[in-house]
Amino acid sequence: MVVLTSAHMNRENPLVLGIESSCDETGVGIVRGRELLANVIASSMDEHARYGGVVPEVAARAHLEAMAPAIREAVERAGIQLSDLDAVAVANGPGLAGALMVGVGAAKALALSLDKPLFAVNHLVGHVGADVLSVDGSLEYPTVALLVSGGHTSLLHVRSLTSDVEMLGETIDDAAGEAFDKVARLLGLPYPGGPHIDRVAVDGDPKAFRFPRGLTLPKDMEKHRYDFSFSGLKTAVARTVEKLTDAGEPVPAADIAASFREAVIDVLLTKAFAACVDLGVPRLLLGGGVTANARLRAEAQRRADQAGVELRIPPFELCTDNGAMIAALASELIMAGEQPSGLEFGADSTLPVTHIHS
Amino acid sequence: MIRLCIDTSIGTSVAVTDGWVVRSELNEFDSMRHAEVIGELIRDALAQAGVTNSDIEAVVAGVGPGPFTGLRVGLAAASAFAVGAGVPLISVASHDAVAVELAEDVFADEVEFIVTTDARRREIAWSRYTVLDPSAREALSFTRAEGPALAKADEPLFAHIPRMDADHVSAARLGLLAQAAHENDLDLPPFEPLYLRSPDVTMSTGPKRVS
Ligand SMILES: [Zn+2]
Repeated sequence: MVVLTSAHMNRENPLVLGIESSCDETGVGIVRGRELLANVIASSMDEHARYGGVVPEVAARAHLEAMAPAIREAVERAGIQLSDLDAVAVANGPGLAGALMVGVGAAKALALSLDKPLFAVNHLVGHVGADVLSVDGSLEYPTVALLVSGGHTSLLHVRSLTSDVEMLGETIDDAAGEAFDKVARLLGLPYPGGPHIDRVAVDGDPKAFRFPRGLTLPKDMEKHRYDFSFSGLKTAVARTVEKLTDAGEPVPAADIAASFREAVIDVLLTKAFAACVDLGVPRLLLGGGVTANARLRAEAQRRADQAGVELRIPPFELCTDNGAMIAALASELIMAGEQPSGLEFGADSTLPVTHIHS
Repeated sequence: MIRLCIDTSIGTSVAVTDGWVVRSELNEFDSMRHAEVIGELIRDALAQAGVTNSDIEAVVAGVGPGPFTGLRVGLAAASAFAVGAGVPLISVASHDAVAVELAEDVFADEVEFIVTTDARRREIAWSRYTVLDPSAREALSFTRAEGPALAKADEPLFAHIPRMDADHVSAARLGLLAQAAHENDLDLPPFEPLYLRSPDVTMSTGPKRVS
């Protein structure tokens, strides 16, 4: 009988395959303990480009197509056999429900086909877990973590990666990555907006326009000290563009892009470093696809040096959504003696970060 | 050949068949719990059939039509099990599993019949089958003449042809169809979900004015 027991599971440097499908990236990664063996990412980004944003049904269809080939490729790149695995892991939330369910269905069946234990882990905590795979040693805890992508903008207080994570705040409207996409459209730039805003902003003056920093006024700070809001910023940019266009004046795309980017980065980092000070935690981890933004990384480093905060940013392929971070978190859970998830869990699009594993 | 059969085109149905013998079949009729129950049903179907993961020689997937989100759970599970077990993945149209039962039973004396399933948004998915003359039968007592395709739920559809609105697809029947196809070299569809509908998205028409 297939029982998925953990009784004989290797808890020292376990070999784990992780599956990620919460948004538009199909990720399958393999780790041994804290060593990265494979990180295969198939993205449906190009299919979303003509819609100007991630279309959940398009993403879910792409996950199903990419899943089996990604598993095969990860196994081949890692130079292992599936039967060598100690466990299978999957992100079961938060994220797009229909997209998550592809990963959940695949992971359950893969674990059963191999008779291996299965761990359902939290996608957001997975972003933090990615750091253990960094070759230059990993972060100490507690740490503050700022996770910024097209799907989320979250500030976490991580006291223990495997047992104690708290959500300090998150966006109350758009994710930061979405704001980049929407402003790119206003400026006639392609999807995804981040890299294009970055490219255009190079020649711009970040002080040319003073765009609003969401939820930073004293009245907002009481209730939303660590929360973010980007919809007002997006509207302010739209108004600026409309006003110029209506007056028949040229739209200075470089200055607008640079000023917009500055507003986003300023509010993200101001709140993240405030959390470090408030909590007395001199460590900050950045994660999520928006960390590809060179200006964000540079400004984060400048403020970290000034504040005496240790800043860590995993390599880009571990920052964007990927399966290796899911495998890495599961590997940490296994080494910490945690029990597998069983087979009953579902996909939870609003899974709280306190549920590190289900 | 021992087959693990999975269909999530309506509810969740998992079966183990051995040639023409149904060793086990388990069903969850709730059509909103595919992701939750798929693992337990596979585990229990294997256990009730008295087999283990390594006894499975092929995986059979019902490729729909069916509501997209649930359908994908079964297809993701079927393809991942096949990769993990290192066995072939076989596809069968889910309506055919309903038809195989009907052609030998309630519609055995008919010339043709229709199978429909709910496609949400006040639409149905339908397939038209022709019942074969017993003397002309080789492997199966029916052929799918047309479909699957979509139609409005409240509009008449082939008024003169008897019709079965299916509320359940049996995974075991998929396995028996796979056995028939195997013995008679019949063509089976490729591993592709029968969505029958493009993702509905509106092309962006440029930014809206805010002032
Ligand atoms: Zn993410």
